[in-house]
Amino acid sequence: MSLSTAAQEALDSFEQASGWEQRARLLMQWGERLSALSDEEKSDDNRVHGCESKVWLVSRQQDGRWHFNAGSDARLIRGLLALLLVRVEGLSSAELQQLDLPAWFTQLGLGRQLSPSRSNGLNAVLQRMAQLAAGG
Amino acid sequence: MFQPSPWRADFPAIAALQRQHQTYLDNAATTQKPQALLDALSHYYGHGAANVHRAQHLPGALATQAFEATREKVAGWLNAADAQQIVFTHGATSALNLLAYGLEAQFEAGEEIAISALEHHANLLPWQQLAKRRGLRLVILPLDSSGHIDLDAALQLIGPRTRLLAVSQLSNVLGTWQPLQALLDHARAQGALTVVDGAQGVVHGRQDVRQLGCDFYVFSSHKLYGPDGVGVLYGRPEALARLRHWQFGGEMVQLADYQQASFRPAPLGFEAGTPPIAGVIGLGASLDYLASLDPHAVVEHEAALHRHLLRGLHDREGIRVLGQPQLALASFVVEGVHNSDLAHLLTEQGIAVRAGHHCAMPLLGSLGLDGAIRVSLALYNDSDDLQRFFSALDQGLELLR
Ligand SMILES: Cc1ncc(COP(=O)(O)O)c(C=O)c1O
Repeated sequence: MSLSTAAQEALDSFEQASGWEQRARLLMQWGERLSALSDEEKSDDNRVHGCESKVWLVSRQQDGRWHFNAGSDARLIRGLLALLLVRVEGLSSAELQQLDLPAWFTQLGLGRQLSPSRSNGLNAVLQRMAQLAAGG
Repeated sequence: MFQPSPWRADFPAIAALQRQHQTYLDNAATTQKPQALLDALSHYYGHGAANVHRAQHLPGALATQAFEATREKVAGWLNAADAQQIVFTHGATSALNLLAYGLEAQFEAGEEIAISALEHHANLLPWQQLAKRRGLRLVILPLDSSGHIDLDAALQLIGPRTRLLAVSQLSNVLGTWQPLQALLDHARAQGALTVVDGAQGVVHGRQDVRQLGCDFYVFSSHKLYGPDGVGVLYGRPEALARLRHWQFGGEMVQLADYQQASFRPAPLGFEAGTPPIAGVIGLGASLDYLASLDPHAVVEHEAALHRHLLRGLHDREGIRVLGQPQLALASFVVEGVHNSDLAHLLTEQGIAVRAGHHCAMPLLGSLGLDGAIRVSLALYNDSDDLQRFFSALDQGLELLR
């Protein structure tokens, strides 16, 4: 699957980032791109548990394509969520199911954010997406 | 001024972690192990493993001897009168669960169990669930602003209906010694059983269970520089005699037929199945190692590091330290900064500290927080570890603010 322009842009900037500081700055910049969630969207149903920070995932399917929005009270998590959304935006369920999202984060140099001991919630969000894609 | 740790080289993992650019300051979660422990494990496995208390053969006799020698060492470490008062479990958590099940028959509906507001989930949930099973009331002893159990309030709340008091000796979040003596004396005068969660307290200085006068004292080996998978339950003989057997199986039984069985008293009656033999032997080696150190030097070293830690936190703007930690650790939050963000950046810089609720959600909730960052010290830490932490903290905060 080819990358969207925005995803390619993310990949380019993270591949060029040297060192943790630059990666952190980029993450925070990406986090600012998420559009803010409304209070209704920050519902219990949309809340993804299993995170130290609060994370919400809002999903909508239109003409067989997925559109997500997400939010968190932590800035670096917002960045991770933005990088996730930019990769999955507009995919069909079948495409979403085939997509290797851990590999995407590894490509970005952020693979460690998915280690099982990390309670940042990214894993839980990926699981929620997988359930949605599977129609669960 | 550089403050070295004279014991650092005794812990090979510290150098290994340093080679991976990791500064380990999560010692309240678990500790690194002394070489003496590695040697003991390797000796045991390298010279012949065997099950304990079962076989007449030589390897079995040697394993049993080493296993029982640790029971003696633990008894000595806690100043218990007799090694038979030491029950090995799989950790502090399993010791507390043993108590909550083993004592279940002691309670009638409507009676009370008192715990404090700062308990680790391990010393909260077993009692909470026991209270639900038996229709008991779980009474929560409140804290004062420094992070100690409010003694005036506690002495009012612990009364004739209190059948059991279970409290931590040293808080794993606030780093405060609890006023145990007054609480234990009072609870005992009311006829209540007393349980001390020594998981953190046992690691800092020598504890004396006879002086405390508690009925039960529990801790985990892995926080005391020993192997994981091993816990200790100390009990006064009269208190141990009130425990019902709760896990059934090999070697805890005296006589069994298909329909009936009779069980051994403590300790073996509460060590059903094959115990963590190597772990127990390893704990013995760790205790021997610890006993070889100058206790005053260790206490002073830890106290000096702790002062350094608190000074550094207080010197920085916007940092709120939880309670008034007295030793070992400090938990804090930073105004306007999410713990998870700061934890992320500390991790990026190789600083191993803990972020989150520290298995004490109700405590964090009562402080109006959903998490905090905790720095916790061990005897092998030195002032360079703290310097690295502080410069990582400064860099992280600079990025975030
Ligand atoms: C105060 C306290 N009690 C109990 C425990 C539980 O210990 P374990 O997980 O080894 O059973 C801990 C460990 O974090 C603790 O800090």
